[in-house]
Parts: sequence; C-alpha cells; structure tokens
Amino acid sequence: MPDVDDAPNSLPSEAPRPAGELEELKRIWAKPEGWRIFTAVNNTDIGLFYMGAAFLFFLLAGVLALLMRVQLATSDNDFIGQDLYNQIFTVHGTTMMFLFAVPAVEALGVVLLPQMLAARDLPFPRLSAFAIWAYVIGGLVFFSTVFYDLAPYGGWFMYPPLTLTEYSPGDNADFWLLGIGFIEISAIAGAIEIIVGTLRTRPPGMSLDKMPLFAWAMLIFAAMIVFAFPAVILATMLLEIERSFGWPFFTAAKGGDSLLWQHLFWFFGHPEVYIIFLPAAALVSMIVPTMARTPLVGYRLNVVALIATGFFSFGLWVHHMFSTGIPALSLSFFSAVSMTIAIPSGIQVFSWIATIAAGRDRFQITTPSLFVLGFLFIFTIGGLTGVMVAVAPFDFQVHDTYFVVAHFHYVLVGGMVFPLFATYYYWTPMVSRNMLSEKRGRWVFWLMFAGFNIAFFPMHATGLLGMPRRVWTYSNAMGWDTLNMVSTVGAFIIAAGVLVFVIDLFLRFRPGEQGPENPWRAGTLEWLPTDVYSTRSIPHVTSREPLWDQPNLAADVEAGAYYLPNAPTGGRETIVTSPIEGEPQYVIRMVGPSWSHFFAAVFTAAFFLLLTIKVVIPALVCAALALLSCFVWVWELDRGPGKEPVDIGGGFKLPTYVSGPISHSWWAMVVLMLVAASLYLTYVFSYLYLWTVSPQVWPPTGSPAPPPLEWAAASAALLIVSVAAFAAADRLLPAPRSINIWTPIFMLLGAGCLVAGVAVEISGHWLTGLNATKTSYAAMVYMESVLTGQLAFAVAIMTFYALARYFTGKLDSERRLTFENVALLTYYTAGQGLFGLLLVHGFPRVSG
Amino acid sequence: MARWYALANRIWGASAALPLAACGGGAQSALAPNGVQAERVALLFWVMTIGSGIILLAVTLVTALAICGPARWRRWLGRDGIVIGGGIVFPVITLTALLGYGFVLTSINDPPSASGEPVKIAVVGERWWWRVIYRDVAGRRIESANELRMPVGRPIEIELTSADVIHSFWAPKLAGKLDMIPGRKNVLTLTAKETGLSRGQCAEYCGGAHALMSFYVLVMTQPEFEQWLAREAGSAKAPTEPEAQQGMTLFAASGCGACHTIRGTSANGVIGPDLTHVGGRLSLGAASLPNDEAAYARWIKDNQRIKPGNLMPPYGIFSESELAALSRYLANLR
Repeated sequence: MPDVDDAPNSLPSEAPRPAGELEELKRIWAKPEGWRIFTAVNNTDIGLFYMGAAFLFFLLAGVLALLMRVQLATSDNDFIGQDLYNQIFTVHGTTMMFLFAVPAVEALGVVLLPQMLAARDLPFPRLSAFAIWAYVIGGLVFFSTVFYDLAPYGGWFMYPPLTLTEYSPGDNADFWLLGIGFIEISAIAGAIEIIVGTLRTRPPGMSLDKMPLFAWAMLIFAAMIVFAFPAVILATMLLEIERSFGWPFFTAAKGGDSLLWQHLFWFFGHPEVYIIFLPAAALVSMIVPTMARTPLVGYRLNVVALIATGFFSFGLWVHHMFSTGIPALSLSFFSAVSMTIAIPSGIQVFSWIATIAAGRDRFQITTPSLFVLGFLFIFTIGGLTGVMVAVAPFDFQVHDTYFVVAHFHYVLVGGMVFPLFATYYYWTPMVSRNMLSEKRGRWVFWLMFAGFNIAFFPMHATGLLGMPRRVWTYSNAMGWDTLNMVSTVGAFIIAAGVLVFVIDLFLRFRPGEQGPENPWRAGTLEWLPTDVYSTRSIPHVTSREPLWDQPNLAADVEAGAYYLPNAPTGGRETIVTSPIEGEPQYVIRMVGPSWSHFFAAVFTAAFFLLLTIKVVIPALVCAALALLSCFVWVWELDRGPGKEPVDIGGGFKLPTYVSGPISHSWWAMVVLMLVAASLYLTYVFSYLYLWTVSPQVWPPTGSPAPPPLEWAAASAALLIVSVAAFAAADRLLPAPRSINIWTPIFMLLGAGCLVAGVAVEISGHWLTGLNATKTSYAAMVYMESVLTGQLAFAVAIMTFYALARYFTGKLDSERRLTFENVALLTYYTAGQGLFGLLLVHGFPRVSG
Repeated sequence: MARWYALANRIWGASAALPLAACGGGAQSALAPNGVQAERVALLFWVMTIGSGIILLAVTLVTALAICGPARWRRWLGRDGIVIGGGIVFPVITLTALLGYGFVLTSINDPPSASGEPVKIAVVGERWWWRVIYRDVAGRRIESANELRMPVGRPIEIELTSADVIHSFWAPKLAGKLDMIPGRKNVLTLTAKETGLSRGQCAEYCGGAHALMSFYVLVMTQPEFEQWLAREAGSAKAPTEPEAQQGMTLFAASGCGACHTIRGTSANGVIGPDLTHVGGRLSLGAASLPNDEAAYARWIKDNQRIKPGNLMPPYGIFSESELAALSRYLANLR
C-alpha cells in the first residue's frame, strides 16, 4: 500500500469520471422528501434541524430573560409574582445551559465536522438523529411546563434539600430531572459520534497536527462530556431515587449530605462552561485566519491551550462552593487552579491578536469579524472578573450576587453567543444558497454588543451594592432602581439585535444547496464544493489550509480526481482512516434514512414522560416499543464481509468490513465503557464522601453489618464465570454458514451469570435487613448494585439480540461486531462488579 | 434607642433613603464597609478592579494596533513571541502576585481582641426568616429573630446552621457570606468598626420567599448592647392598657402560641419567631415591613400577599378592632 505521508505525484483517481457515477451518488445520498424528512440521517439535514432547535430554545429562554428584566426594572414591582418568577429563572438557566448552549455546539459539530473532514457523513448517522429527536421532544416538553405552572422552581442547580419532596412536592422538580435526562442521553450519544468521527473519518493525509482547530476542540469537547456528564447523570439519578423512593443520599438526618449534590453538580457544572466555550473559541480560531489571510499564529500552542483548559477545568469545581465553609487549605488550592485557567485563555486571546496583526493586508472587517472582536472585548472582561472571583475573600462578598450574574454572562454570552453569531454569518454560505446580509449583520452586531454591555455591565455594581441573585423583588430603599432599569433597557436592545437577525434569516437563509463557492476565500475543506453526497471525491490533505496550499484542489475534488469518487459498494460509505496519521484503513458502509431511530426516540421520550407523571403501565409499553425500535434500527448494521475489497483510488484497496480494535464500532463501545467507568468513579467518590461526613462508624450504628464474605465470594464467582463464558463463546463462534450449538449456550450462561452475580449481591444485603431508606450508607450499598445491575440488564438484552442474529445466520466468526460489543460490555460490567464487591464488602471491614 | 427606630423607618421611606444610595453607601453595600473583614475585601476589590481596567485597556489597545496600526507595529505583534509573552509570561507573573495577596487575606487571623472573649451568637436559617440566639454571661439562651445586635469593636462569632434548606448569611457591610447548611455548622467571625444600622439578606436561593428574607444589623456601644441584652433576656411585660390586654387575650385564645413564644405567657410555640420583645425590633416579617402598629395588622391579615408562601397562614377572621387590639399588644412588647 502507498504511504499517505508522501504527497501523491499524480491524483489518486482518473478524471473525467465515467458517466452515471455522479447520478448514482446523488441517488444513494438523496434526501428523503415530504413526511419522510423525519427519517433523514444525513449530517447536513439533521444538523441544520439540530441548530434550528437549539436556536429556538435560545429565543424562548431569551423571552424569559426579558420577562425577568421587566419584573426587576423597578422596585416593588408585581408584574410577575414570586412563584412564576422562581419558575422562570429556573427554566431560563436550565434552557440556556442544557437546551441551548450544549446542543448548539453539538449541532455545529454535526454540521461542520464532516465538511471540515471531507467525510461523507459521521460514522453513526442514526445515532445522531436519535439523539436529536430525543432532545427536541424532551426539550419541548420540559420547556412547555412553564406555561402550566409545572415548571421546576429550584434553580438550574437544583440544590437539595430544597429540591427534595419535603420542600418541593409536586412533579415540578421531576420535570427538571426529565429534561436533563434527555440532554444527558443526547450529549453522550453526540460525544461518541464526535470522538469516533474526528479520530477515524478524517481525509487521507490529515494527521492530527493538520486537523482544523475546531475538530480539535470538538474532540476535547466530547472527551470532556465523557468525563463530566456522568457526574450529573449520577447526581440526577440519586436525586430522583431520593425523591421517588426515599433513599437518603442528601438528607443530613439520615447520614446524607446536601453538599454531595453540590460536589457532583459542579464537578459537571464547571467543565460544562468550557464544554461550551472551547468549541466556540476554536470557531474564532477558524474565522480569524480567514479574515487575516494568514495561518493562525501559534497553532500548536492553541492545541495545548485547548487540552490544558479541558484538563484544568476538572480541578476547580469547588470555586462554586467557596461560601459553603470549606477549609482554608482547599480554598487556596481551588483558588490557585481557578486562576491557572486564565493562562490557556490568555494564549488563545494573544494568538488571535497576533494572527490579526500577522496578515499582510489589513484584517477584513466583516460581520463575522465584528462578532469576533466583540467576543474578544466581552470575553476579556469576563475573564478578568473571573480572576477576581477566584480570589476567595472577594468571592465571599460577590458570590450569588448580581456581580456573578454579570461575570458569567460576560463569559458565556461573550465566550459562546458572540462566536456563535459569527459562525452563523460565516458558515451560512456553506449550507444556504444566499449569504446573510452584511448590512443587516452590522445592525445585529452593534445592537447586540451595545445592548449586552448596557444590560450586564451595571450588574457588577448592582451586586456590589448588595443585590443577591434569584430575587424577584427588592425594596426601593436599597438604591438599586436606576441600575436595574438600565439593565432592563439593555436587555431589550439585545433583543432588538436578535430580532433583526431573525428577520435576516427569513429574508436570506435558503438551505438545501451551497451558496457562492468559498466566499471568504478560506483555507479549510468545508469550503470545497459539495452536494448531498458531500464532496465529489475525498481529497488528500498535506497541510492545515489545503485550499490555500493546493490551488487546484477544489476543481480536482469536484472532478472526482481524489479518493472514493464513486460508490463501490452501492450504498452510503466513507473512508475510515487511522486515528493519528490519517492512513486509509477501510471503507465504512453506513445506513440510510429510517423510521426506526425516530420511533426509538419518540418512545424513549414517551417512556420518561409517562414515568414522570407516574403513569406506569403505558410507560412500560413505551419502553418496550422503544427497545423494539432500537432492534429494528440496529438490525441493518453489522452487515458483514461478503464484498470484495474496494479500490478508492491512489492504489488503495480497502476492505469494507473489519472487526476488533480497528473498527469504528469497537471504538464507540470503548467510549461508552469510559462513560460507564466515569459514572462509576463518581459513584465511588460519592460513597467515600458520605463516609467522610459520617460522624460515626461505618456502617453507622443501628445499621446491620455487611453479610458474611461468602456472599461476596459467590457473587464474584458468578461474575468471573460470565467473563469466562463469553471468552469461550468467542472462541466457539462458528465459521460462516455453519453451526456450533455451544456458542448460544455459553452466551446465555455468560449473561445469566452476570445478572445472577448482581442478584446475589443484592440478596446478601437484603437478608441482613439492610434498608435503603434508613441510612445513606444503606442507600449507597444498594446504589452499587443499581449501577452494575443496569449494565447487566443491558448485557442481557444485547445477548438476546445477539442470539437472534446468531439464529438468523448473521453472527459468525467473521461477522462478529455484534458479538464483540456484547462481550466487551460483559467484561467491563464484570470488572466493575468485582470492584464494587471490594468496595462494599471490603471498605467497611477496613475502615470499620 | 429611639434614633435607631427613626433610622430604620427612614430606610423604608424612599425619599429619605435616596441619599444613602446616592453616596454609594447603600444599607447593603459591600463597598461601604463597616467591618474589618468587609473593609479588607473592599480594598482588594479596588486593587483588582484598577488592575483589570489597565489590562483591559492594554488588550483593547493592542487589538486596535493589530487591526490598523502601522505596518511595522503589526509585524512586531504578529509573532509567536506575543502569544508566549502575553498569554503565558504576563498572566503567570500577575496571577502569582494576586494569589499571594489572596492567601494573605485568607489566612489573616484577627488578633485576639483586647476587649475580651468574642461574643457568640447563633443564627438559624429558617424558611424564610432568621432565628437569632444570644447567650448572656450566665449562659442563658435568649432568643430573638430577624435582626442582629452586636457591640462595636469586639469580635463576634456567629454560629450558622439551618433548620430546613440551605440559606446563606450575608451582611455585606460587615463581612462576606457564609452558607447555612443542614447537618453542618459554620462559624463566621466579624468585627464591626462603628456603631450604626445596616442590612443583610439571604444569599442562597432557598425557594419561595427567598427574596424577602432579610435582616437588620445594629452595631451598638458595649454598654448599650449589654443593657439591651439584659432587657431582651427578661420576660414580656404584662400589658396595662385595656386594648393591649384584649390583644393578649385574643393572642392566647386564637392559638397563636402554638407557633410563637412570648416568654412570661402561656405562648410557647417554637415554629415561628419568638415574639417576647417583638415590639422592640426594627422590622416585621424578616424586614418585609416597618415595625409599627399598622404593620402588625397588615401582617396578621394579609401576610400571604406581603410575603407570598411564608409559613404563617393569613388570619382573616379578626375584626378591625380585634386586629387593632392584637397590634397594640404586640407593638408594645418591647
């Protein structure tokens, strides 16, 4: 095989291409019409829909902000009453963070990444579509609660004990947990897609150090989701279990601690800020070089800065908890880490400034550039006030006041919304026939920029004069009237700017075909000419700005002179390359439109919704239907070998089916296991945390001692047998078109032992009389089984699915992806279960 | 004492309060400190703000030069060195200095006061008011609510706990905030520099009427404080006036004592604020209303409109004259 590092002497494929090839590509990648639009999976179609949905939530949450600003415009105002105000600020924060910011960034990933990587689609098209539908349905239901007094009122941070049933009866808080559940699902699904996408579907030759910064940022974004979201997933699980079944994780009287929630929430919540900010910063790093006509100064430093920010962001969650009374030593540590984060941000800011200066011609002032410059100014202020609040004594004063409201709006609106609007103006021609209007764009920018500063700058002062956050009214004696009125006026100016933008969208935005080719004369691949099938052929990349360095690239790609100009397998496909060097490895065959993932999302949504309003039987029916839809969805995957290796051009003959660590499916499973592992680690943290706050012995007095070690040994033995059984089944997989009766028997044995291992563990504790509602210790002990049990349940379901594949002749020693995934999850689950036994049975004996 | 009432009532009056705000000395302003701790933070604020202002100006200027400066300057700015200098070297130096300053502030232990042992006060966060517990020299428990009185110049140790959800105790003119967390005990130490009245407010969202959970802080001279505490320790004086006596009877007959204590009477409830000396306080309903007779009547009848969601039911059952009697009785519990 040729080496991708050598630039090819001649182009990989011969042009002109044979007649009919283009028509075939068009037919294969055709967009579903009419009602079948819901079945669409292609990244551009669903990605635009995703972006639209996220923007809709931005508008809705923005309207809530305006209502709050009207209420606060004057003192002693009764425009909105207390209860509604409390709901509105909760829904505003939750919507902006969970339904707008994260999805908006993920949507950009879905739309932009395949284009920047010149891939025909992301590796798991239906997974993205599923995640999007779950998000849209769940998000709309969550938001609509504000219209009928069912909205949560515990703040977007939902601190217990306020959010426990005792202080928040009714379903309001459960709707919050429901809404977040959907975002958790879609964020994790998106993260898997993005990690595998950026690492495995790059064009040949695009080694990691040639990857566009946005792809780097999305890779880090997804990795951060893998490690941060599990903390909030666990937190929401614990809270819902305490609300529904009374397991006292957060109730001090029973050994729980409300601070556990804060640790978990902010361990997620702080990285969340950077999850939002890093991709936005990287978008700026893509726009600035184009407008300056020169490559980014300090590309490598920028990559390091992105990684460093992602890494450090996990070490400073406690700065949200400075005023909870934590010891001075912790204060100093978290204060220091919080300041450290200013360094990578500083690197980025100065590399943009240096790039602006480095261009031979002056930096072009377009609407995207204006938003970038506005971002620079606003974000710098947000960063400076961020350093201020990182100093603990100062935070004691301004924490939970309008100073902090000002600070994080400067960071988030400056750091994310302004780059997002720059993105809208910059990348619109990639997906729309027209560009947006530069003239109206100036209006949008100046209204938003002026409005933002008028609204939020005075809030620094409002907070210092003593106004706390989350208050719906204040007395006119406090002297806050004028400042608040100014803020309200500013808020409406921002709204006017957004309104002009919406008008511009209506007048100009025409999705479906590409606009003027490369209107900004940018250097990266998303500006290649495209159609429904993405680029006509997949280019060979030799630099970071291929369009600048290979002047004829666009024409050659469009002529089909690069890789995979055809559809050799007769279906949707793209090239999978090696994760670091970008060597072509195989051709992935992808599935097309389907109703299955759509219904899977609808029924998943229905299941959670019905469960929230406690309609159990229909909820279970929907769960079954969701599962069925998933089966239909994945049945078409794992298509097996059976096709000869295909020629993609340039001398590359690639297989169309691979298994094991080279396959994208294996990678996705590993990412999923990392998610499960970080979920489990946050559980271990929670277990040990409650031990540290327990004033007595562990288990607490009055609580039964753990069962005799025989129970743990029996459970461990079963878990080990399950691993052995799957390992045996693996070796016994029959050759294609033959049968080995031991394969299904060992698979069943493996899944059965896994479930039994968890069941034995639960029974052992149950028989000692341990009651999960009595102490937080007991609740934590059973929680271990909940976490391992849910994986064992998943393994059981997947085993039945794999058996169905086996008995229909779709699983054998060559066509084995399905089996590998079940086996991998089994091995992981058994390992987690064994660790759990060590913790639950060993720790009380050691610490006791 | 009378001047404090006058001041408290002036804070309620818009016109009278305006000068307070206009001079930047709002009753809750962290920038008009009256405490040793708050003063340090105010200084820290000005240092950091001026520093930040200079940095912001510099970044803006450099950006402007990068866009439209002379070609020579732009060439100089467009180098890797700028990224390292501006993005790494400069922040490392300034942040290290700031961090050191912050450490010093965090670790300052106030020198042991010449004026003896710290005064210990316990404050319990309740939905949505403050239970305040003093101890006298003999260690007797003296309960009050919704205001804090303390002697000037002595360290005050405030023990903070919560009876239900998380609250946060914040009197900005004296010190930063500290949370009140169920199952935990936090201690806030502060020292007031001058006598005078200021205000504080719950800073952690605690549901429902969070916005209306405030309190007054009254810093007094040591003798004034001792005198006040001695009086606060005593039982309520039985009313002498007929109307107030009628109020007392009504209070007992209507079951108010199930939630409220008035020492010296049969009322011994512990759910709501202790009312033994309620007439001597600076406000009603955790700084929701000024403390006058009319306010008592309004509160009893209409408290759900004044402070929605508060845990006291509205009592529409009283006639105007009964309300007047109750108000007279309570207002005179000084």
